[in-house]
Amino acid sequence: MSGFVDQEMRGQTFLRVVAKMLFPFILVFGVYVITHGELGPGGGFQGGVILAAAFILYGMIMGAEELERRVPRWVTDAAMALGVLLYAGTGLHNLLAGGAFLDYTMLGPDRPGDAEALGMTLVEYGVGITVCSVMITIYIQVCERAATDVGVFTRVRKERR
Amino acid sequence: MAEFDAIFVIDAILLLLVAVTAVAVIQLRSLFSATMLAGVYSLLMALVWSNMHALDVAFTEAAVGAGISTVLLLGALVKTGRWSKPSRPIHLPALLICVLTGGMLIYGTFDMPKFGDANAPIHTYRVPKLLDQEVGKVPHRRGPPLGHPEPDPEHPHPHDDFGGHSPNTVTSLLASYRGYDTMFETAVIFTAGISLILLLRRRRDEDLVIEQDEFDREVQS
Repeated sequence: MSGFVDQEMRGQTFLRVVAKMLFPFILVFGVYVITHGELGPGGGFQGGVILAAAFILYGMIMGAEELERRVPRWVTDAAMALGVLLYAGTGLHNLLAGGAFLDYTMLGPDRPGDAEALGMTLVEYGVGITVCSVMITIYIQVCERAATDVGVFTRVRKERR
Repeated sequence: MAEFDAIFVIDAILLLLVAVTAVAVIQLRSLFSATMLAGVYSLLMALVWSNMHALDVAFTEAAVGAGISTVLLLGALVKTGRWSKPSRPIHLPALLICVLTGGMLIYGTFDMPKFGDANAPIHTYRVPKLLDQEVGKVPHRRGPPLGHPEPDPEHPHPHDDFGGHSPNTVTSLLASYRGYDTMFETAVIFTAGISLILLLRRRRDEDLVIEQDEFDREVQS
């Protein structure tokens, strides 16, 4: 996509300014949806998608290679696995502490209710991290593939080296 | 209709728009317009869901259907071109099978309880048990969590009835009651990401340079 969208987009001052102004607000909203998942509508999945939408908007306006420079591959790759690890780790911690897998009560045996809320929150964070990084990866990979097939992505990289 | 029912009117208009949009997405030959209309379709569906008080579903529909899917379809569009091939004449047996299946599905919905029916099985069979469950509740203490003020009956607030149980039933079901389910859903998304990297990612920069040379040669010839 960076092939033909970017060259037109880079000249669009208005779009760039609006996207840059919107970016932090979308991030805050995404984090809000993830952290308040157990209280209101939303949760890890929806919040993760909203977070990813902020980065993808940045990538559409500034170019996918610029997004990849800001969010390097190793970050999304690690975050992808980290989210699943956080989810399974929360369950496993509970198992090792003497409870059932994903029962959460062992996170705070004195206050099982709060422990369950804490466990759900951790699990939602895990889902959010994984979903966000996978969506960013999908976008970057599709763009990179579309661009390398016409040779644009490569040229940008060559210039940088 | 005896009295004016605003909800019914809104529902009717929204569903009409949904149907029109769906037909337009199929009929349009410009793939760019079809992609945009697919996004519009998702937004309208989100409105229908929120009209039915299914806020979590509406949220997902708006974020995934109207947001991410549209962007990914646009990405695919760059690779495929902007116009679809002229459609072939209607294939009669296929049309017949589609109409029959659709008719059977609609006939099946007649057996479902009416929307908002208080005597529907979901309100009598399992959910009351779930809402009353003691799992995750502090048995000996029903007050607010430590550090929270005592509940004020005049101004009820979500944290007043927290009592150790998540106030959002949907999240409670997804993360606690069906925790395994959600965990493997996350694992599926993770697997999708890994497969995408394996399939699409260029592993070394040298691969890119070679393709660049091939590209130059193609341009020259």
